[in-house]
Formats: sequence, C-alpha cells, structure tokens
Amino acid sequence: MGIMQAGLMFSKCCTRIGLQIFDYIEYPSLIRGGHNTYQIRAEEQEVRSQIYGVDVLIALDEATIDIHKDELNDDSLIIYDGKTVDPARTGMHSGKRCPVPLKELAAKADGSELMQNTVALGAAFGLMDYPFAVFEGVITDTFKGKKAAIIKENIKAAREGYVYAQEHYGGDCCHRLSPVEGAPKRMVLTGNEAIALGAVKGGLKFYAAYPMTPSSSILHTLALWQERHDIVVKHAEDEISVANMTVGAGFAGVRAMCATSGGGYALMGETISLAGMTETPVVFVEVQRGGPGTGVPTFTEQAYLRFVMHAGHGDFPKIVLAPGDVEDAFHLTMDALNMAERYQTPVVIISDKYLGESHKSAPFFEARTGVERGKLCRHVEPDFQRYALTDDGVSPRSIPGVKDGLFVANSDEHDGLGFSTEEIGQRNAMHEKRMRKLDLIRAELPAPVLHGPEEADLTIVSWGSTKGPILEAMNWLAKEGQAVNFLQLTHVQPMHVEGVSAILGKAKRLLMVETNISGQMQGVIREQTGHTFDDWLRRYDGRPFYPEQVYEKAKSILEQRRQTR
Amino acid sequence: MIDKAALDTGFKPNWCPGCGNFGIWLALKQALVELDLTHEEVVVVCGIGCHGHMCNFVKAYTFEGLHGRPIPVAEGIKLANNGLKVIVVAGDGDTFGEGMNHFLSGIRGNHDVTLLVHDNRIYALTTGQASPTSQKGYKSKSTPTGVIEVPVNPLALAVAQGGSFVARGFSADPKQLVALIKAGIRHRGFSFIDVMQNCATFNKLNTVTWFKEHSYKLEDEKHDPSDRMRAMERALDSERLGTGIFYQDKREAYDEDVPAEHGKPFVDHDIENVNITESMEQFT
Repeated sequence: MGIMQAGLMFSKCCTRIGLQIFDYIEYPSLIRGGHNTYQIRAEEQEVRSQIYGVDVLIALDEATIDIHKDELNDDSLIIYDGKTVDPARTGMHSGKRCPVPLKELAAKADGSELMQNTVALGAAFGLMDYPFAVFEGVITDTFKGKKAAIIKENIKAAREGYVYAQEHYGGDCCHRLSPVEGAPKRMVLTGNEAIALGAVKGGLKFYAAYPMTPSSSILHTLALWQERHDIVVKHAEDEISVANMTVGAGFAGVRAMCATSGGGYALMGETISLAGMTETPVVFVEVQRGGPGTGVPTFTEQAYLRFVMHAGHGDFPKIVLAPGDVEDAFHLTMDALNMAERYQTPVVIISDKYLGESHKSAPFFEARTGVERGKLCRHVEPDFQRYALTDDGVSPRSIPGVKDGLFVANSDEHDGLGFSTEEIGQRNAMHEKRMRKLDLIRAELPAPVLHGPEEADLTIVSWGSTKGPILEAMNWLAKEGQAVNFLQLTHVQPMHVEGVSAILGKAKRLLMVETNISGQMQGVIREQTGHTFDDWLRRYDGRPFYPEQVYEKAKSILEQRRQTR
Repeated sequence: MIDKAALDTGFKPNWCPGCGNFGIWLALKQALVELDLTHEEVVVVCGIGCHGHMCNFVKAYTFEGLHGRPIPVAEGIKLANNGLKVIVVAGDGDTFGEGMNHFLSGIRGNHDVTLLVHDNRIYALTTGQASPTSQKGYKSKSTPTGVIEVPVNPLALAVAQGGSFVARGFSADPKQLVALIKAGIRHRGFSFIDVMQNCATFNKLNTVTWFKEHSYKLEDEKHDPSDRMRAMERALDSERLGTGIFYQDKREAYDEDVPAEHGKPFVDHDIENVNITESMEQFT
C-alpha cells in the first residue's frame, strides 16, 4: 500500500466517525520514490484547507523529519521506525519521539515489510485513541474484491501498530479522534471526483480524454462507472481526437465532455472554435498545473486563465466556470452541461491540481437543478432551419435521426440550413446571431457570491481553489472582530459585470488573491470593470495558499489602514 | 427511401471542370440510393479541402469540421448513436498528413465508419502543394526541387494495422466505386476506401490516363480478399495499383464492444433523474 492509499484511508477513517477533513497531497513527477507527503487536517467543524503545523508526523524516512521539523510543535508526536531513522541526525528541535518498529511489526503480519504503512496508520490511530473497529471496516472496504488474506493481513498489521502505540505511548497525545454524535454520513472526495459525479448526475453519456496530470482521475473515475451509469468513456489517441470526438458526440445529441490540462488544452484550441462555429454543445474541463511548458506537472497554479478564456480562434461566445471546492465542482459541472445545451456553445470548467486532487469531506450532494436541454428538438416541421435567426441568438437544434431536421454543421460560415456562404449579409447576420447569445448568457448569470459581512474594512477577491484557504483565514479574522468579506468569482466569462462592479465599488480596500505570477484575474477584472487593486497576494511556486498567508496579509493591510486613518 | 434527385441540396458543386470529385460524389449518392437509406439516418462528415465542399451537395446530416479531423468527429457521432450510417469524406492531406494518427487509431478501434479518401496526390484547395501521397521527386509549389520523402502507402498501412475493410477505388470508374462504397457501408467496422482521383487543375502527372495505365482490377486477377498476406503484397506494389477490395474480415466494431449498455443508442437514453447514490457511497 502506497502513501496515497494510506492517506486516503486515514481521511475516510476520520470522516466515518463524523469528523470533517481536508487533505493536501504533494508528490513529484515520478512513479516511485521522491518526497511524497499526504497532509490531513481533521476537525469537528468543516475543514476547508490544510494549515501550517503538524500534530502527528508519520516519517517513513529521515528526510521527512528533516524537511518538516520546523512544522512541529512541542506537543507534536513523530512516528518512525527507530531501526532506520534517527531524529537526532535531523536537528529536530521540538516534538515527542514515538519510535515504532514498523518493519518488524509488518513482518509479523505477513512475513514481509510491505505493510509498514498500515502499521504506521495503526500506530497513529493508537496514539489518538481512534476506535479500531471502524479502522477495520475501512480496511475491509478498501481491499474489497482482493483476496481475503490481504484484508486479514492488513488488519493484523494495523492492530500490531495500534497495540504497540497504545502500550508504549498511551496518553502521550493531546489529540483524540473521537466519534462525533449525530454527524451525517459524509463522502471524502476530490474536485476531480466531484466533477465526475456532477457530470453523471447531469446526464453525461460521452467522455473522452488523453491521460494528463492532474486531470486523469476524472478519466479513471468515469471509466469505472461505464457500466453502472451507461456512459461511453474513450481514452483516445491524442487530445485533438478527444476534442473532436466530443464535438461529434455533442452534435449527435448526447451530453459530451472531455478533460485535460494546459498542454492538452492547447491541442484542443482549434476544436473549441469549431464547437463555437457549429454551435455544438460540449463541455471542456481544464485542470491547471504549474506552467509554462511541462512546468511543475504535479503541482498547482492558476496561470491558464487567460489562455482558457481566449483559446479558440475568432469571436464566439464561450463560457468559463471556476469551481472553488468540491461542492462547487459538482454543481457547476451540472450547470455546465445545461448551459452548453441552452446556449449551444462550448463551456469550460477551469479547476487546478489543488482542487482536483485534494480530498474534502462533504455531505451527499443534492442537485439544485434538473437536466435542461434548451432548444433541442426531436421532432421538427419540414421547413426547419437549424441556424434560424432568432432574437436571443439561440436557434432550434435538431440531431441526426430527426426527420426533416437535416442541416450542415459547418465550420465554414453558413446560412440558416448550414450551407456555406461568404455573402456579406449572411455572414454578418450569422456572426451577430451567435454573438447575441452572449447577451442572453449575461442576462441569466447568477449574481456574484459575496462571503462574509456586507460591510467590511477589507474585501478579498479571488477565484477557484483559493476559496478554501481564504474562508479559513476569514474565520480567524472574524473571531478577532475584523470585518472582512470575500468575492469569489465562479462565473469568469462572461462576467456578471454589474454585480462585480457593485461589490468592488462598495469595498473600502481591495485585496486580490491568486496563484499565478502575473495577476491574470486582476487584469481581467480591471478590463471588465475598470477597478484596480490596492493590494495583491500571489503565489506561483506550485504550492497552494495556506490560510496563514492570507490571514497575515489581511492583518497587515488592516493595520496599515488603521494607522493611516 | 431516397432517390438520387432528392439527394441534391439545390447547391451545385463548385469543383473545377473535369475534377475527380464529381465521380466520387455521384458514386456516393448512387450507393446511398441503392442501399435504400433515409436522409436522416445518414451522416456525412467532411474534412477540409476541395472534397469538403461535398457537405453542401448531399442532402443528409452533414458535418464539415477541421482539416485532418473528420475521423474522430465521425467516431464520436457513431458512439453517441450507433443507429446512424456514418461516412467520412476526406482528402489525402486530411487523412495521411494532418490526421494520420486518427487514421491509424480509427482502424485499430474498428469504429463503424466508412472512410472515403479523395486521394489526388496534391493539395488542391491551397493551390497545388505536394501531399503525403505525392511520389518522390514530385515538383510542386512547396517542393520546387522535388519531394524528398517517399509517399505514404495507405493501403499497406491499413492492412498492417488490422484494417477490417481495405479497398481502393477510382473516381473514373463509377460502377466499381458504387459497389465498393455500398460494401463499405454494409461492413460493420472501419471500412477504408482510398479513391484514386485526378486533380484537373494542379496535378499534371497523376491524370485520369495515368491512373488507368497504372491500375488493374483485383478481381481480374482473382484476388481473395480474405488472404491478408497476398493483400499486403499487392498493397506494397506502387507500380501496379490494384482496385477493389484488398482485404476484409469480421471483428467486433468499437461500439459493439463498449462496456456500457448498448441495447439502444446512447442518444435515446433517459438522462433525467440519474441516480448517483451508489456512486456517492463509494466515497464514504
């Protein structure tokens, strides 16, 4: 069992007893080795991001202690195998040492050292008095379908670690993992998995992808559900094929989606434009990683925003939605599928590695919308015109198989039936018809969401996965009586300009937070609303914001403000 | 039931006089008539090139996409609705230049589409550059001193890659071409028909006469389309160009093998009220 699986089991164990978690995973672009971390934060209330500081550190090698020693406090506990790891060599300056013979105990379970991660998890749970029976249940569920011996040996290994820790360090830990009475049943899932769930609930029938970190787990999740949900999942030969197959499926009348990251999205650019021209409903998912080039492929960044907004040659309406957490990811994916059909134009969901691969606990999702198919017609009159000029720009849409609904889905400029034309009047009429849809989309956009009090001394503005760390920081600030609110942009393009302008116009001071070096959204907001920012916080080293960073920045701005008043 | 006149859209082809596209266009329409298909169950997906204009001249559902990309569009259509007959009309630049990856992958997957390549060995719409099937040494606007590469061998590639229906037709032999298109559409799987075609305006080498002098009918030599090795041998012959079915066999089409339920086309599935409870349970 690798640390990804071990970490997920820990998250699930916490959630099963009613705690809430957020976990953050760091790994290099390697299959084995390198420094991998799986950081889990569990509390009784909702947890929205990781924070600095480690209470219990499981160190499978000495380097782990060396790298993380400054995150430890006096009460931190460090679980390690005393046979191979010597904390003294690392200059560790705080925390209590809890050596556990991980390899030896693992060997007791199955004769090999392979299950030392299971032993370590058992030891951690032993330290924190976690109910062992629940852990047994999670092990059983995790290895469901595998040989019974594997389950038995893992449970044995877990118990060895659990008992050893209780016997040697019982009562040493000031943290308890105790069941929360009356807590609802919750899931533990990533943004990518939430997108997969939203897509299925939204009636997805066709999904194509070419593997690319950090979007691949959408492919893996949906591939496993092909039979259960009756969907076609196609791992195609390249991203160009992915995009064109998706457009073909959308044209044929099923709900179709594909996902990739920046490089793959670059290959899809021409097809996005094709979807705009043929008015074919399709949903693209862009899970950002650190660019440019191959960049830092297993780390996070929000630097593809401008690219996603502008990719696709020519003018056509394109919708860009930015979920901030797993709940947003689920609902906005359902919305994206509806919007693609309602407006007959490509919709892009922009996420990133931090949202896409971090787990969060969440109650079971309840859809807030149904499946709305817009002007899709399964029966039409003989004089039907697929690209009829309409007031709102959206034309009735037939699909192959519909009698009398014939048309050309034409990449060339075309007339009402789709036949190619270069005539001035027809070109203008059709171009203007397509662009009229933008007015309709704008008119139907939900008002922007403002978190926190209406009146505030500081307004934070951001988009996407920074939502978690910002909301955490706001909680801390609120407890100190600081009035801070937060405008989270989910509908990036087109933007609800009036709503956003109203909020920005009222703000006393503005702080922009985003994980890129050039302030891409900051520029977009200035372009759209004319508003500029007094302060900004940017991170572009591939790591997500920690709430502490947002908190410190907000505090310093509020301090300055008081001094200059 | 459609008759040939009903397949006209009211738009007249804009190809040059003497263009091989006319022969392919007429053969396609004749094949659709003889197969007794309805307008609405036929989808023709075109690439970009002179041939691509055909989407305006066949009364069916048609899709004119991007240069090089008609094959994946067709595959997406077929997967969404396998009740349709999906025909790809593409060029040699489309298929063997920009879209070679899709050509090979389509064959591998045995997607149930019929690919008609207008192989005139030239880029015509862009006014006469060498194409992937132009012969070595061929002089064109982009290769004034002659093509350095050897040409792509589409037939041999298709046979090698596991093509389940590999054929070659000729735009000036409509009778044979109609029969090939019909057999291709009837074939459940990826049917590839490479059509030798002249370009009256830009290709002064590979003329109708040239093709006639360099080709022979496979059936005249009693070729057995189930003999894969012999098919490969004939496909590798670039001096004598065989026409007819090189190779045909039976294997499951891609849409027949997808794990999801395919009792009825996906486009007819009910997508209201999808129950995701079991899938959410998986995350607990």
